[in-house]
Amino acid sequence: MSAGIVSYGAYIPRYRIKVDEIARVWGDDANSLKSGLMVYEKSLPDFDEDTATIAVEAARHAVKRSGINAQRIGAVYTGSESHPYAVKPTSTIVAEAVEATPVLTAADYEFACKAGTAAIQTCMGLVQSKMIDLGLAIGADVAQGAPGDALEYTAAAGGVAFLIGSKESEFVAVIEDTYSFTTDTPDFWRREGMPYPEHGGRFTGEPGYFKHVTHAAKGLMEKMGTKPEDYDYAVFHQPNGKFPSRAASMLGFSKEQIKPGLVVPKLGNTYSGSCMMGIAATLDQAKPGDRIFATAFGSGAGADAFSFTVTDKIEEIRNRAPTVLELLANPIYVDYATYAKHKGKIRLA
Amino acid sequence: MITMSVPRFWRKQVARYNLIGTHCTNCGAYYYPPRNMCPTCRRGGKLENFKFSGKGEILTYTVIHTAAEGFEKQTPYVLAIVKLEEGPSLTSQIIGDPASMKIGMKVRPVFRKLGQSGEKGMIYYGTKFVPE
Repeated sequence: MSAGIVSYGAYIPRYRIKVDEIARVWGDDANSLKSGLMVYEKSLPDFDEDTATIAVEAARHAVKRSGINAQRIGAVYTGSESHPYAVKPTSTIVAEAVEATPVLTAADYEFACKAGTAAIQTCMGLVQSKMIDLGLAIGADVAQGAPGDALEYTAAAGGVAFLIGSKESEFVAVIEDTYSFTTDTPDFWRREGMPYPEHGGRFTGEPGYFKHVTHAAKGLMEKMGTKPEDYDYAVFHQPNGKFPSRAASMLGFSKEQIKPGLVVPKLGNTYSGSCMMGIAATLDQAKPGDRIFATAFGSGAGADAFSFTVTDKIEEIRNRAPTVLELLANPIYVDYATYAKHKGKIRLA
Repeated sequence: MITMSVPRFWRKQVARYNLIGTHCTNCGAYYYPPRNMCPTCRRGGKLENFKFSGKGEILTYTVIHTAAEGFEKQTPYVLAIVKLEEGPSLTSQIIGDPASMKIGMKVRPVFRKLGQSGEKGMIYYGTKFVPE
């Protein structure tokens, strides 16, 4: 019994701020930041957008692209580190808004930037064990970065939803296998009630991102007996452009393999949506038979690696919903003051 | 700030999320928000739930510069009467540049935050519109 992606949908708010504008306010060197991070601009939400509205729009795109009856969805899991409520699920809002209620299970996930891929793995188990027909796994965030902190240059807004099923005739991509690598590594956290996360600076690199991503990626390839050259495309969690490029090179993947999925330079880090956005952007242009390798990373820390093979069905459903590149087109650029207003950094009495 | 009680909002929540109104199969009229009785057919009416496509056009609009409590950050914003393609009209915020709004402009629905009951209360979600 195999599991596969039956459909996918993404959503990105239209607003963008350039790295130059943030650097202007804090007196940082924009050119050095842009070349160091390989990020040039990032998305931000409208006044009335949050993780729930982004998750709903992504989920609606996934349902629309598949053309399935949403009543078939037996589970909704939304991964995010910016759920609008501390207690009250985002997933019930999504389930109601895609008309999947009431016969389903739902819960919210949190594992820094990899809560969405943890949701995919949960759905894989549920569909393969026949507990449910279809599962909806979402990664969405309005990412937080404290004013003036390094994270502010990349923390973005966006979300991606994957419909996971077990009927091979419905797959747009077969999930051949998954492999996870998890340790207790405090590289990034946010305490209850605190508005912005804290991080360990460079500690987030080697002991966090690179250790977990490379172990999970190598572990999956060893388990499956595959090599980087067996894949047409690869996607790695993209907190910036530099980390996934370096991880790809450490593992033996080429720049061409990661190119379609590397959306961070014009989008920023959508946290729980980050790796899934890369997978969605790759599915937007992959051909039947193409193989995709993906590894998501979440601080705290863990990595989930996946191996996909794209099926003929991708051509049939791809254009029924907006592609990631279409969602990135026609941005509305704002200055730092407007950005601060949108993000609630300016508090009115 | 929205001061509506939580149960009152929740009762019509599905209608707000997915533009679900009612259709009288006796006279063919469509209603949004949903009605319990067809005002034309009265006892002879036969109402069923109906999901609107969400496609519509701006009948008229105004630009809000002095907002109600809780909406101050969003000014200037557009409040419009949207006529849905099936017939009924509803009041909604239109997302977009106020200078680009036009009567007759085609719109489509989006899922947004409608408001919240302060910092501790419920967050209310539902449908707004954006230009096509």
